[in-house]
Amino acid sequence: MMPFEKISSRAVWLPEDNIDTDVIYPARFLLIMDREGLGRYLFHDRRFDAHGNPIPGFPLDAPGAEGAKVLVAGDGFGCGSSREQAVWTLLGHGFRVIIAPGFGDIFAANCLKNGLLPLTVSRELATELGEAAAAGSVFEADLETMQVTVDGREVIRIDLGEKQRQAMLNGWDETDILLREDGDHIDAFEAGHRQRQPWLFHTET
Amino acid sequence: MAGRTLYDKIWNSHVARDYGDGSALIYADRHLLHEVSTPQSFLAIEVKGHAVRRPDANLAVPDHSVPTRDRGSEIADPQARAQTARLAENVARHAIPFIPLSDARQGIVHVMGPEQGFTLPGMTLVCGDSHTSTHGAFGALAFGIGASECGIVMATQCLRQKKSKTMRVRIVGERGGWLSAKDIALALISEIGANGASGHAIEYAGPVVEAMTMAERMTLCNMAIETGARVGMVAPDGTTYAYLENRPMAPKGAMWDLALAHWKTLASDPEADFDRDMEFDVTGLAPYVTWGTSPEDALPITARVPDPAWASDASKRTRQTGALSYMGLEPGTPLIETPIDKVFIGSCTNGRLEDLRAAARVLKGRKVADGVELIIVPGSGLVRAQAEAEKLDRIFLEAGAEWRYAGCSLCVAMNGDRVAPGERCASTSNRNFEGRQGPGGRTHLMSPQMAAAAAVTGRLTDVRDLQELSS
Repeated sequence: MMPFEKISSRAVWLPEDNIDTDVIYPARFLLIMDREGLGRYLFHDRRFDAHGNPIPGFPLDAPGAEGAKVLVAGDGFGCGSSREQAVWTLLGHGFRVIIAPGFGDIFAANCLKNGLLPLTVSRELATELGEAAAAGSVFEADLETMQVTVDGREVIRIDLGEKQRQAMLNGWDETDILLREDGDHIDAFEAGHRQRQPWLFHTET
Repeated sequence: MAGRTLYDKIWNSHVARDYGDGSALIYADRHLLHEVSTPQSFLAIEVKGHAVRRPDANLAVPDHSVPTRDRGSEIADPQARAQTARLAENVARHAIPFIPLSDARQGIVHVMGPEQGFTLPGMTLVCGDSHTSTHGAFGALAFGIGASECGIVMATQCLRQKKSKTMRVRIVGERGGWLSAKDIALALISEIGANGASGHAIEYAGPVVEAMTMAERMTLCNMAIETGARVGMVAPDGTTYAYLENRPMAPKGAMWDLALAHWKTLASDPEADFDRDMEFDVTGLAPYVTWGTSPEDALPITARVPDPAWASDASKRTRQTGALSYMGLEPGTPLIETPIDKVFIGSCTNGRLEDLRAAARVLKGRKVADGVELIIVPGSGLVRAQAEAEKLDRIFLEAGAEWRYAGCSLCVAMNGDRVAPGERCASTSNRNFEGRQGPGGRTHLMSPQMAAAAAVTGRLTDVRDLQELSS
């Protein structure tokens, strides 16, 4: 994945709750088999009408939103379908941090596999940060100091396990890590599991 | 010593490495693959030169983007054709067992897996699809994962996972004869909320669940994800074993006996503690339909479209106002006055034989209302064949419905089946999200009985009224 370097940018506020992954990345674009270049489909049907013309008023397209790397969202952001395209399209658009009162579990897991940082905060703080975003404040996020600041003031202490922090800072691929660090554990477990529950190892179609 | 839950027991027996911080390396016994969520997964492992660790632990089938109108020699849509072909190429390269579109067993992953006995109690099962929670109906620990995780599982057979909190939902009370598992699922989601069970693994229990068939339990667990819970499960029992015995991929003979002895130890201990415990009484419950753009926007069919002015807080009010605008509904209108254009009966939620039987009971001797289009899409080729053996297809065709081949179809609208902008669809699927059935399409979720009733009257309908009219 892409290493997470310290970011500094304005933020976009999308206060609506339950923004599902179908809204983030409509299903018909799942026929595309790439993971790069998906940024243009982000919130597509909220931003473009049936003829491809821009729909005015969506926060992502507001003046000052261009170049934003931080999204402040409502509760339940990324609920619904497991499609990882929801993460790839956010990254493709340039986002690196999503702040919300809550996330879809699968979406949050997908974020961490790709270097997109999901930060859970209270609803009150999310609203406060959203207002700061709308007012044009500068957000900074740093995995070295584990801080998010707004206009220089610490607003979030990032809570991320050390393994995950290292993986994000270095852009490590999880499969590589597992095979390197956990390969022996997998072999040992699998051998025992085969003895304990042998029926799981007999499949025939 | 505190008792252990069903979830604890399966989790504990699959820890390949405990990281000591509430997370562990969990061994995945089975992985289901479909064409949409795996092209990038194969690329990710191949670019690194990783092999698939245990091809036999995987099973692949195309379902999401396949046409259901016909099974001609070639898929018309070039993107869908390429994606389905890519799955076949990928699995062939890695010797992964594959059920092609031409195979009678082809179907939606979550219908086909249980049907084949690929899903078993006590196992861990993953798939790049959020409705993998369906398989929890067998007392399996089953959950949806992203494309990266699909690649990780293929290469390592494991996933780093944080242990979920546990939540028991005891379903009790007198269940009305016409009350379906879908009604109960929708009523529960409206009670818990679309994110109310985030971070939790739900165990459905209680007398109503114990009396449910496997198809009903699958409908219930299927929609666990719509409460935010990645996992929904039911303890295996005699109903589970009777369903599984002699399924093609289920253990046989002495291996069956060994497995059965283990499965009987899986139920949550009586003294087990759950992080949350709730009781849900279904006595007097009316059939449920959704009115908005989240599955939590569900109400009894006897209710009226809600007024956002009465919402409990500002963010709910904003969301409800937006949902009503998208849905083209006026607050205060009785739900039964809502006209519909399309009806979809199918999906991993309600595409099983029992669902089709329920729809057929309503449709028998009736006609689909003028101007309404009803499509019926079986969850698998075997469901289709069984329905035809019972002559359900005749009932559907005589009513004026379209009788389709198996696939996800109008649940995810990737295969050419679409609800047009502004059109309204009564649907037995699981999500009424904006654009889910096509850009601008409006979805009302309900049971197969209720969808069939809507098809007959051309509006949202209380199926109980229809039954009284005909008797």
